[in-house]
Amino acid sequence: MMTTARSRNGKTAILLFSIAGGMVGLAFASVPLYRLFCQVTGYGGTPKVVNEIAVTPSAKTITVRFDANVNPALAWTFKPGKKEITVNGGVPVQAVYLARNLSQTTTVGTSTFNVTPFKVAPYFSKIDCFCFTEQRLGPGEEATLGVQFNVDPKIFNDPTTWDVKTITLSYTFFPAPGAKGAEPVKQVEAPAGEKLKS
Amino acid sequence: MTNGEAAAHDDHDHTPTGWRRWLYSTNHKDIGTMYIAISMIAAVVGGLMSLLFRLELQDPGIQYISDFQFYNVLVTGHGFIMVFFVVMPAMIGGFGNWFVPLMIGAPDMAFPRMNNISFWLLAGAFVLLLVAAFTQGGPGTGWTVYPPLSSIDYQPGAGVDLGILSLHLAGASSVLGAINLITTIINMRAPGLTMHRMPLFVWSILVTAFLLLLAIPVLAGALTMLLTDRNFGTTFFDVAGGGDPVLWQHLFWFFGHPEVYIIILPAFGIISQVVSTFSKKPVFGYLAMAYAMIAIGFVGFIVWAHHMYTSGLSVDARAYFVSATLVIAVPTGVKIFSWLATMWGGSLEFRTPMLFAFGFIWLFVMGGVTGVALANAGMDIAFHDTYFVVAHFHYVMAIAAVYAMFSGFYYWIGKMSGRQYPRFLAKLHFWTFFIGVNVLFLPQHFLGMAGMPRRIPDYPDAYAGWNYVSSIGAYFTLMSTVLFFYIVRKTLTSGEKVADNQWGEGATTLEWKVDSPAPFHTHEDPPDMNAKQAAE
Repeated sequence: MMTTARSRNGKTAILLFSIAGGMVGLAFASVPLYRLFCQVTGYGGTPKVVNEIAVTPSAKTITVRFDANVNPALAWTFKPGKKEITVNGGVPVQAVYLARNLSQTTTVGTSTFNVTPFKVAPYFSKIDCFCFTEQRLGPGEEATLGVQFNVDPKIFNDPTTWDVKTITLSYTFFPAPGAKGAEPVKQVEAPAGEKLKS
Repeated sequence: MTNGEAAAHDDHDHTPTGWRRWLYSTNHKDIGTMYIAISMIAAVVGGLMSLLFRLELQDPGIQYISDFQFYNVLVTGHGFIMVFFVVMPAMIGGFGNWFVPLMIGAPDMAFPRMNNISFWLLAGAFVLLLVAAFTQGGPGTGWTVYPPLSSIDYQPGAGVDLGILSLHLAGASSVLGAINLITTIINMRAPGLTMHRMPLFVWSILVTAFLLLLAIPVLAGALTMLLTDRNFGTTFFDVAGGGDPVLWQHLFWFFGHPEVYIIILPAFGIISQVVSTFSKKPVFGYLAMAYAMIAIGFVGFIVWAHHMYTSGLSVDARAYFVSATLVIAVPTGVKIFSWLATMWGGSLEFRTPMLFAFGFIWLFVMGGVTGVALANAGMDIAFHDTYFVVAHFHYVMAIAAVYAMFSGFYYWIGKMSGRQYPRFLAKLHFWTFFIGVNVLFLPQHFLGMAGMPRRIPDYPDAYAGWNYVSSIGAYFTLMSTVLFFYIVRKTLTSGEKVADNQWGEGATTLEWKVDSPAPFHTHEDPPDMNAKQAAE
């Protein structure tokens, strides 16, 4: 009687311990799941990343503003080429940012990005972006960094986003943690009139 | 069972004495007593912390606390201590340990040695938290420990790390305790005491233990990530490395929202026992009461983001969390109305435990109403991080839980100590406490509606009046608490002996069938519950 009661208690405890252990596992699994969730749903203003655009261009236009920030730990200047542009829905657009390394050493930066208002993220697709890779700038080196994006014309019909007239695309450059062998900066041709003034 | 019969069991029945009795204790009653004692000690520390910042907030300007990190440490310490070292130990470790085995007819907990470990882990955690408060500036993070404020950049001191380790220990203690309680309740009920006949206090502890089992490990995981972010260069919550501080908020509140139910569910259990006893009626809607607690526990896991309306959730996500949160009002309403229906037509006795139960219901309804208001994302965006929220959760969860603890204390102290509390002083304690906390927290609603932010030591003169009133309420509550400690002392030293069932016919649960004070060993032969009435 006593032994059976004990082994029953033991089995219950093992089950309960494994539930607790499973919850710890779930807590850690939430990190990659959360990232995946943000990418799929555009949560927190995470833009979509696509290889090519398969939507028909629209006559309607929307304004895209460009925002640039640099973490104080990285001695770079970083500015958008143009403050804002007006784009047609469905048309891939190339925009540039201009970065310069102010320090005397080669430094590697990596940027985080999002769009606001957050709710437009599912309609904002990036085809190519300097933010996908780490960027390396030599001492005093100046670079033109490109981003190619597209605004899905469905944004004009969605009742939760039709009121949006302006999208802000924002980047923040940080020192890349522990980076050594990052690719040299992939320069793009700056459109006329978008040179870094210094 | 009488003492004479118990003594006949010879060597099994000897009572260890001196420090061994406590340090090595495997007895559920002794461990329960130690939990209640540590809860009282922690309540003094946590209460004095709040008194310090109430003193600072009494008038505009900076009077006493010019070190704002210290102010933040006080606020943080108050939150941690009250949640992890006052309410949880008293309700779950204290009353849970004492009365779950007694109420289900079990001789002790399923794992008595693990029970001992649970307690001493908690004691160690408490010491560690106090050490943390005095280490390199202490943890000034708020009890929510949001990064980036809690990151190494903004809280470089080791106090935060010690605080995190303290929570790890307290969490381990809670998980072990939860496993012990669940195993005990599932496997060790007296013959005939089916799940659907368990007293509601046992039900409340069972649901609470499951919440602990599912919620605490998530906190442990998140705290571990924060610890490695701070010390080992990971970037779970650091944007620069591709992390996201909002992920912390999700993980924290996935634990944090069930945590508030962990605090309040045992209170529901105690109030059900007390209301039934002093109405001399079984609880109205017993099964609905039990399943309402299960429903609250379940829904509690899917509403966490209502703490995060300002973090940039989409409209659809907010709509979901608003609706899910409002749904909680249904099972809680079932509980409130069932208590009222239990009293309806009952033979009411206004003894001190019942007064505190009334106080609980009043506070809980007050806090519930403001809770329904705050559940709406549109309003919450205005009220977020104001004193309105502070007033809300102190009513609905903090002070309500303290009322249930006092109710349980006066209800069971006769069984635990064998002595009667001083009746007049106990009623005086109730009335002074009731006035004190309402004067303390009611004005904070007005301050919050006027826009006063939380966790700030100074404020514009416009908020001066109600802050003064609130602080007066705090001093009044302090005096009432001093009276409570005097009552405890007087009960233990000079209280008259009480009968085995001091409350008479209304008290039907099994703990009233054993001697008062409950002997060291009880229910060694499980009572046969087959023939008896359901024990609600």
